[in-house]
Amino acid sequence: MAGGDDLKLLGTWPSPFAIRVKFALAIKGLSYEYAEEDLASKSELLLSSNPVHKKIPVLIHNGMPVCESNVILEYVDEAFAGPSILSADPYERAIARFWAVYVDEKLLASWATMLFRGKTEEEKSDGKKALFAALETLEEALAKCSDGKGFFGGASVGLVDLALGSQLSWLKAAEVMSGEKFIGGDKTPLLAAWMARFSELDAVKAALPDVDKVVEFAKMRQARMAAAAASNN
Amino acid sequence: MNEPVKLLGSFGSPFTHRAEAALRLKGVAYEFIQEDLGNKSELLLRHNPVHKKVPLLLHGDRAVAESLVIVEYVDEAFQGPPLLPSDPLARAAARFWAQFAVDRCLRTLFKALWTPDGEARRGFVAETKENLALMEAQLEGRRFFGGDEIGYLDIAASGLAWLTVLEELAGVERSMIGEEEFPALCRWRGEYTSHEAVKACLPSRDQIVAFYAGMKERLVLLAKSMQKK
Repeated sequence: MAGGDDLKLLGTWPSPFAIRVKFALAIKGLSYEYAEEDLASKSELLLSSNPVHKKIPVLIHNGMPVCESNVILEYVDEAFAGPSILSADPYERAIARFWAVYVDEKLLASWATMLFRGKTEEEKSDGKKALFAALETLEEALAKCSDGKGFFGGASVGLVDLALGSQLSWLKAAEVMSGEKFIGGDKTPLLAAWMARFSELDAVKAALPDVDKVVEFAKMRQARMAAAAASNN
Repeated sequence: MNEPVKLLGSFGSPFTHRAEAALRLKGVAYEFIQEDLGNKSELLLRHNPVHKKVPLLLHGDRAVAESLVIVEYVDEAFQGPPLLPSDPLARAAARFWAQFAVDRCLRTLFKALWTPDGEARRGFVAETKENLALMEAQLEGRRFFGGDEIGYLDIAASGLAWLTVLEELAGVERSMIGEEEFPALCRWRGEYTSHEAVKACLPSRDQIVAFYAGMKERLVLLAKSMQKK
C-alpha cells in the first residue's frame, strides 16, 4: 500500500483481543495511533465504528473500521505487505484457522470461566480442568504445526501464535491467582519453550501487559462482580 | 491436486450443509459419507480427534474440520467461482457478518426455538429479530449477500433457510422470519434454496425432520445450558 495509510486501533490494555492486533501491526512494521478505551464510558468513535457490537478491538484504516480480532488479523495480513501471518498454502491456512478458533473457544473460555464466568466453585473448578485439557491438546498441536521450527506458524509467528500469545499475561496471572502451573509446567514442555521464545520478540514485549497489573485488574474485577452479585440478592 | 475428496457429514445438519454447498458451488467432485452420530466411524475419530464432529473434509491425506474453515479451504484450494471477494475490506466485512450470523442470529434463534415458552423465550425471539434486521439491511436489495452469486456469508447464514421446518418441529405458531418484517431475507431464502448448486445438497423437509426427530429433548437441554451465554 502507498504511504499515507492512516491507522488507528481502539483497544484496552488487558484485552487479549486487542493485544493480538498490536502484535500483528508490529509484525508488519506499521505505525498507528492507539486509543485506550474506557469500557464504562465508550467513546463516540468506538460506538460509531462498531455499532453492532460496541466492542474493542476496532482497527480503523483510512477511516474504514474493521471489527472482530481474528477478522482484523486476516485483514492486516491481506491489506499490508511484510512478513505473513498466514501461510499461502490453503491447508496450512485451514489448520491455523482451526487452532485459532480452538485457542479462543476452548482455552480462553476455560480460564475466563475459572476467573470470572464460573458462578459456583464447581463451575470454576470445571474451568480449571478444561484449561489443563486444552493446554495438553495445544501441546500436541504445537508439536505437529511447528514441525520442529519453534512456532505454531513454523519458523515465524503466525495466526495461532498471536492468538495464544495474546493470552500469556492472563495465563500467568491465572497461575499466580490459583497457585497452579498452567503453561509453564512440566506437562507441556513444548509450550513452555514456545512461551519463552515468543515472549522474547520485540513486538510481544511492547504489547503484553505486566502480569502484576493483570493480577491486580483481575482481582478488582472479581471484587466488583462479587459486590454486584451481593447487591442483586 | 487431483486427490479424492470425501466429506463426512450428517445430512440434515446445517453445519454439514455449509461444507457441501461450498463443494457444489466450486464444482468439486466429492464422496459424501453419512456419519451415524450415535456411532461415530473410525475415520471420523481418527481425523478429527479434537472435536470428533462433522462436517469433516478429507482431501487426499488432509483433514479439515469446522464448517466455516472448510468453506474457506474449499474456496482457496480449488478453482471455480470465488466464495470470498478479493478486496481485503470486503473480505473482512464478509467474515465479520458471517460471525454475526453464526453467533447472534443462528445461535440466538436456536435458543428462541428450544427454550420453553416464557419470558426467557420472548427475550430470545426479540433478540433474534433485532439481529435479523441487521442481516436484512446487509442484503441491500441484492439477490445474495455475496451479490449476484452465492458467497461465503450466504453459506454461513444458510441455516436460516430451513427455519420454517424447525419452527414447525418446535411448535411455533408464527414464523420469526415473516414476509412483512423481513421481505429481503424471505426473498433471499427463496433464491438460496432454489439455486442449482445448492438444491443438490439441500435436505428435504422430511430429511430435516428426520435429523431433528428424537433430538427435541436434547435440544431443549442444550438451549437451557446456553441461556446465560
